[in-house]
Amino acid sequence: MSLLALSFPLSTLRNLVYLVAIIGFILALKGLGSPKYARQGNQLGAASAILAVAITFTLPDLRHRGENLTLALIAMALGAAIAVPVARRVRMTAMPQLVAVFNGVGGGAAALISIIELLHLHSLGLKPAVYVTAEVLLGVLIGAVSFSGSAIAFIKLQELITGRPITYPGQQVINAIVGVAIAVLILVSLVTGNIAFVWILLVLALVLGVIFVLPIGGADVPVLISLLNSFTGLAVAASGFVLDNDLLIVAGTLVGASGIILTRLMSSAMGRSLPNILFSAFGSVITATGGEEGDASRSVRTGTPEDVGVLLAYARKVVIIPGYGLAVAQAQHTVRELADALSARGVDVFYAIHPVAGRMPGHMNVLLAEANVPYDELKEMDEANPEMSTADVALVVGANDTVNPAAKTTPGSPIFGMPIIHADEAENIIFLKRSMRPGFAGIDNELLYDPKTTMLFGDAKDTLAKLVTAVADA
Amino acid sequence: MTTGIVEYLTVFVLAAFVGIEVVSKVPSILHTPLMSGSNAIHGIVLVGALTIMGEAGGTAQLALGFLAVFLATLNIVGGFVVTDRMLEMFKGKPEDRARAAKGGGRDSGDPA
Repeated sequence: MSLLALSFPLSTLRNLVYLVAIIGFILALKGLGSPKYARQGNQLGAASAILAVAITFTLPDLRHRGENLTLALIAMALGAAIAVPVARRVRMTAMPQLVAVFNGVGGGAAALISIIELLHLHSLGLKPAVYVTAEVLLGVLIGAVSFSGSAIAFIKLQELITGRPITYPGQQVINAIVGVAIAVLILVSLVTGNIAFVWILLVLALVLGVIFVLPIGGADVPVLISLLNSFTGLAVAASGFVLDNDLLIVAGTLVGASGIILTRLMSSAMGRSLPNILFSAFGSVITATGGEEGDASRSVRTGTPEDVGVLLAYARKVVIIPGYGLAVAQAQHTVRELADALSARGVDVFYAIHPVAGRMPGHMNVLLAEANVPYDELKEMDEANPEMSTADVALVVGANDTVNPAAKTTPGSPIFGMPIIHADEAENIIFLKRSMRPGFAGIDNELLYDPKTTMLFGDAKDTLAKLVTAVADA
Repeated sequence: MTTGIVEYLTVFVLAAFVGIEVVSKVPSILHTPLMSGSNAIHGIVLVGALTIMGEAGGTAQLALGFLAVFLATLNIVGGFVVTDRMLEMFKGKPEDRARAAKGGGRDSGDPA
């Protein structure tokens, strides 16, 4: 408090501390990109954030206005009291939902900041410059889209609504109308500077977030979350422009830019372009391939857990290929039990992990690490594929598109060119699936009808538990 | 508003290049922690929420400011905590993993 008199040097100090935090964030992101330094990177980021938040309390406005300070402290205490237990207790399978929630609230906060700044300027009787209005409108638009979009992504991942793409008649028309309305509204607000339009923009942006996310299928939601993460980053950067704060501009932009790169990496791992992921449910891809689902009437060979248990128990090499279905069934612990039982019998077992297996890219690694699967049993796709031809059994747990040979054999297939795990090269293929329903790509998988393939229908967790028993009895 | 919009735009563009450069080669195994970690970093919007809270006058602005600070705190605190938990499981060496299984189990709080 002895610094009270030195208000100019204090603002310089504040900006210097923000600069330190900026450096901390850049190093944190860099650390997060390498397996060795990821945890230190995250801790450095947290330390930078604490430093930056602490120095913010030296703002004269915040210090001198008791009511505002008290309310801010209560809001922070409340937020931390909720966030810490939730973040500590969430199951690893529910991680993507939680990331969606934390992302959405960040976007919401950024939108609110822009709105408050506008109200504030207005209440002082100031007419903001056009570029300030533009910053505010962008902050509201991107932040609100991220907020409502993340909320729908959460609802989808939590399976409160179907994970299948939701389409309705006139979808494209409605999207176009909302899009045009937003564009017009922004132009009108810029010209007139009328504050009332901000509220309409807020509502329309929230609607846009919802209708943008609804048609995106459950398996693509992870890519979507990465994109929304990027949006929130940009909304935060917009707040930085509104508040003339370099820290927010840099941190928000770092996340915005890295999020876009990450989104592109993920969509290329799925062998699809980003527009295809975001808009394919509207277009011709699904309708063109929908007809092929009729092939599901072809006969497949179904087995019993007992038969498969014997096959596994007497195999030399078993490759487990986990997918989305394993995450849905939360079967990572049971699959590990099975692998342990097989290893104990001298079977060579490893996991082949597709880059986009699970509900988030890299999610499968997190899930299996949580189940204490030894690190050296996890093989990335490129490492696993050369070994597939020597495997006796490929055990596909809840995966479909990531092992579909159409990706290498059928030009013109929507997934043609997507890197896959070569399960078809194994001597026997076992599919644990809930039904014959095609994977998200909506195309039939020839491998299901292969003479080498045996299907085990049912919940992955139950089936795996039966297999553990069968292996023990074999 | 002493610094012009152009200076801020410059910072924005440079930061975009840094962001692209920093994450251009990330192994897929780390995509989830990176997404979660960068999610935590944009929680720094809390600094903005606190700044605006200082300016806020009148019930409406205070209420919205309160909400903004609350939401931003959820983002930043939850983001860093959940990322740390995730990364706790990424131990490269088997002996590290064994140690983590013994020592790290107590605070994971996972009912499963």
